[in-house]
Amino acid sequence: MTKQEALFNYTLRLADNSLILAQRLCEWTSKGPFLEEDLALTNISLDIFGRAKSLLEYAARVEGKGRTEDTLAFFRNDRQFTNNLICEQENGDYAKTMVRQAMIDCFDLMLYTELSKSKDETIAGIAAKSIKEITYHKRHSFSWVDRFGNGTEESKTRAQNALNELWRFSGEFFETDEAEQLLLKEGISVDVKAFKEKWEKEMVALFEKAGLTLPENTFMQTGGRKGIHTEHLAYLLAEMQALPRMYPDAKW
Amino acid sequence: MLSKEEILSFLEEIPDPEIPVISIVELGVVRDVLPSGKNIEVIITPTYSGCPAMKQMEDDVRKKLKEKGFEEIKITTTYSPPWTTDWLSEEAKLKLQKYGIAPPEESTTDKSFLTGKHKAITCPRCKSKNTVMISQFGSTACKALYQCKDCLEAFDYFKCI
Repeated sequence: MTKQEALFNYTLRLADNSLILAQRLCEWTSKGPFLEEDLALTNISLDIFGRAKSLLEYAARVEGKGRTEDTLAFFRNDRQFTNNLICEQENGDYAKTMVRQAMIDCFDLMLYTELSKSKDETIAGIAAKSIKEITYHKRHSFSWVDRFGNGTEESKTRAQNALNELWRFSGEFFETDEAEQLLLKEGISVDVKAFKEKWEKEMVALFEKAGLTLPENTFMQTGGRKGIHTEHLAYLLAEMQALPRMYPDAKW
Repeated sequence: MLSKEEILSFLEEIPDPEIPVISIVELGVVRDVLPSGKNIEVIITPTYSGCPAMKQMEDDVRKKLKEKGFEEIKITTTYSPPWTTDWLSEEAKLKLQKYGIAPPEESTTDKSFLTGKHKAITCPRCKSKNTVMISQFGSTACKALYQCKDCLEAFDYFKCI
């Protein structure tokens, strides 16, 4: 693998994680539990779409084969996406959406804080911009997990169910691959394992405060990096990609 | 050849598509202009990563500079340094307030944004500080929703980032 290929793979994976999560979140548009939350999720989704767009543009430029951010987003199949499985999981109820968001926000804030020191100027720039936005998102998702856990029996049960279902996807955050290792030597990527403990500590503190318990002996799911996904991704892509595939000349 | 100041004064005529009382220069979106004869490069930065008004701003910049006689107009987006509300001038903040949007009251350097402890936000209508946040997110990415407990009006607050 050349450095250029590694940089393309790495940037594309960062982009996929953002794109798939943003698409999931925008499914809440007009269906939020109340108006303010509808606005919140639309805004959060938009920030993450923005990050995905910047990263896809850069990936296309690094690859240099004439693909664009649009062809990368709309003309790849599920097996060619390398996002973490957690991003594609269905929204479920609001507790599940917020537990998923809290886990991802907490990880992303650590990841992008480190990436803002990357020797690759474009990645560092996009990361520095994202930190401010993720900080804001995290405040929102953390406060909801707290509220659900300390709310009614019903809300607590739902948050606990969400945690039981989603925790098995957290192992993937800290996997690494050849591209990442290669770029680590160049000072471009970051060592995710270095903040695994810090992430777990923060998650445990949040869940304890909310009166929720982590499931024990969880078998960690894996596959996203290799393009082996849960069944949910293909359905998500079918909706997201339908228009440009039906009308390849469509402009917006 | 036109000076940077003259070119910036042209761009001052372009209003923000969502908040038409301030220009895209006052907002801090235009970072630099690099004229070279009849051609020009304009460096812009988005307020928020996903700001949907960026495309509109690019189109407006192109149109304005074409009118002013430039031929090739290149627009480059930069992410570094990241946009901050600290770049809004006092004058721009006053314009926001008159328009009914509470301007950012903190500087990002005091870190209150990160800890979530807000200073009291002043109602842009009756100037009361007896206000409460209704929603962390508002009508656009850059705003949060507040309500004044004295005049009871809901208003937008320009988030401090």
